[in-house]
Amino acid sequence: MGFSEADWVAVWLTLRLATIVTILLLVIGTPIAWWLARTRSRWKGPVGAIVALPLVLPPTVLGFYLLLAMGPNGPVGQFTQALGLGTLPFTFWGLVVASLFYSMPFVVQPIQNAIEALGERPLEVAATLRAGPWDRFFTVVLPLAKPGFITATILGFAHTVGEFGVILMIGGNIPGETRVVSVQIYDHVEALEYTRAHWLAGAMLLFSFVVLLGLYLFQHRQSRAGLRYWV
Amino acid sequence: MAGTIQIQFRVDFPSPGGNPFRLDVNTVLPGRGITAIFGRSGSGKTTLLRCFAGLQQADRARLVVGGETWQDEGLSLPTHKRPLGYVFQEASLFPHLSARGNLDYAIKRAGAECPGELIERVVSLMGIGPVLDRFPGQMSGGERQRVAIARALLIRPRLLLMDEPLASLDTARKQEILPYLERLRSEFDMPILYVSHSIDEVARLADHLLMLDGGRVAAQGDMPEMLSRLDLPLRLGEETGVVLEGRVLERNEQWHLARVGFAGGELWLRDGGDALDRQIRVRILARDVSLALEPQGETSILNRLPVEVAAIGPDSDEAMALVRLQCGARHIVARLTRRSVDHLQLVPGKKVWAQIKSVAIVK
Repeated sequence: MGFSEADWVAVWLTLRLATIVTILLLVIGTPIAWWLARTRSRWKGPVGAIVALPLVLPPTVLGFYLLLAMGPNGPVGQFTQALGLGTLPFTFWGLVVASLFYSMPFVVQPIQNAIEALGERPLEVAATLRAGPWDRFFTVVLPLAKPGFITATILGFAHTVGEFGVILMIGGNIPGETRVVSVQIYDHVEALEYTRAHWLAGAMLLFSFVVLLGLYLFQHRQSRAGLRYWV
Repeated sequence: MAGTIQIQFRVDFPSPGGNPFRLDVNTVLPGRGITAIFGRSGSGKTTLLRCFAGLQQADRARLVVGGETWQDEGLSLPTHKRPLGYVFQEASLFPHLSARGNLDYAIKRAGAECPGELIERVVSLMGIGPVLDRFPGQMSGGERQRVAIARALLIRPRLLLMDEPLASLDTARKQEILPYLERLRSEFDMPILYVSHSIDEVARLADHLLMLDGGRVAAQGDMPEMLSRLDLPLRLGEETGVVLEGRVLERNEQWHLARVGFAGGELWLRDGGDALDRQIRVRILARDVSLALEPQGETSILNRLPVEVAAIGPDSDEAMALVRLQCGARHIVARLTRRSVDHLQLVPGKKVWAQIKSVAIVK
């Protein structure tokens, strides 16, 4: 029986959401990870905790607060309305914003760990070779922390694909706009369309397994290659 | 004061409950040759070197290199704007780049176009041609350190900083690299600051010596002169000795000996293969010098020099004393038991004979 047309719509919507969120998170998350890895500020603890909150918070709680913030009376909602953008809940971009928070720790933490493992020395060496800050980032940090960035990309993408609770709170269930795969499965089950649910759920299961297997093999290879800073 | 290096650094390391450390250095160093920064571990040598590079923030800092101000009140060039080269204690090659890639990293950022002949010269000087395509993980420690030195040269620094570049290597690897460092000294006309806690390396390489003790300058001056001083806080014990610079005057093929003249006389030593007229540096350990009141008759000792006692000082060992001897325009140091000093009634001004059991060519 395969996927229905509505299923395909949900699949593409999910992939689009996950792609955009992952790209944005790499851009936003890298400076946060950098700061967390290097700072000696007393704010390191609180900021790190806030970034990690979605790991433990029920998605409904996160979704609830985001809904209030982005709603017509919330601060974010007032701001977006003032810009003439309307409000974000129940739109695709509302999902993007919510997913940024939801998937943040999965992107920030691997990058932060990789930068911490790098230490100061390679950057000091690069500085004595006349490399400025941006030069150092692109020619030393990025290549040496590459495994961390790849792990962050995979986890951020996969985690956004698997999102459900936050989406339901923020996005509702609008076909082509906010109805992602996980919501589509939920709808199938609600409608007792178990066969359709099986197809999508099976696809998600396979996707998740392949992603995690790939990640495992990648990390295994990295650790064997022993790409580390030579001392 | 052009051509000198003027430094003033103060760095405080508060250590709540422990021992706070303060580096406080204010001096002028020569703008050429190798200046060894010498001291025991914890004396602030590496911190001082990091201040030069701008890797260590100082509370008060002034740094003028060859007339150019790198750091002063309200001004501090960031590390990447300082025309220096830095060789770290452990070979700090980028692991994701081959040896060639590591050199290119410097060449690309050296500013002006790098002449191909300079690259070839540096590569052959450091003997790293055969390993250029290897990655750091595929090289020996000595090879990595030589590539790191080549990389620091190819940035074409006006000041080369070396932080115990041999410390992470075993004795064999050290011996492997030392000749390259000597060549470096003669082939490149730039001041080199060389941090070390090994008096062997200092004796072999340095022209000038800055001695650090507890974060302060204990003394500084010409290296050979410094090593003959008895009034320094430095106690080298068995390793106490002087360095003399001389010239090969004669090579005796029958006995494989060479006659070396220095500003205080002449010495016979084992022919190290150095050509006639060649400038060499020899080291005489204080423990290999004994004193006699008369020029003795038959003895196996080759070198006997008339000297005058200049000063007598304590040794790290309570049974021993150090005697500084004026020998022409130079000094040598003898390490004797205090009983012998008493027995021979040594006092400054007394003329005696120094018998030198062994002389080592260090360069």
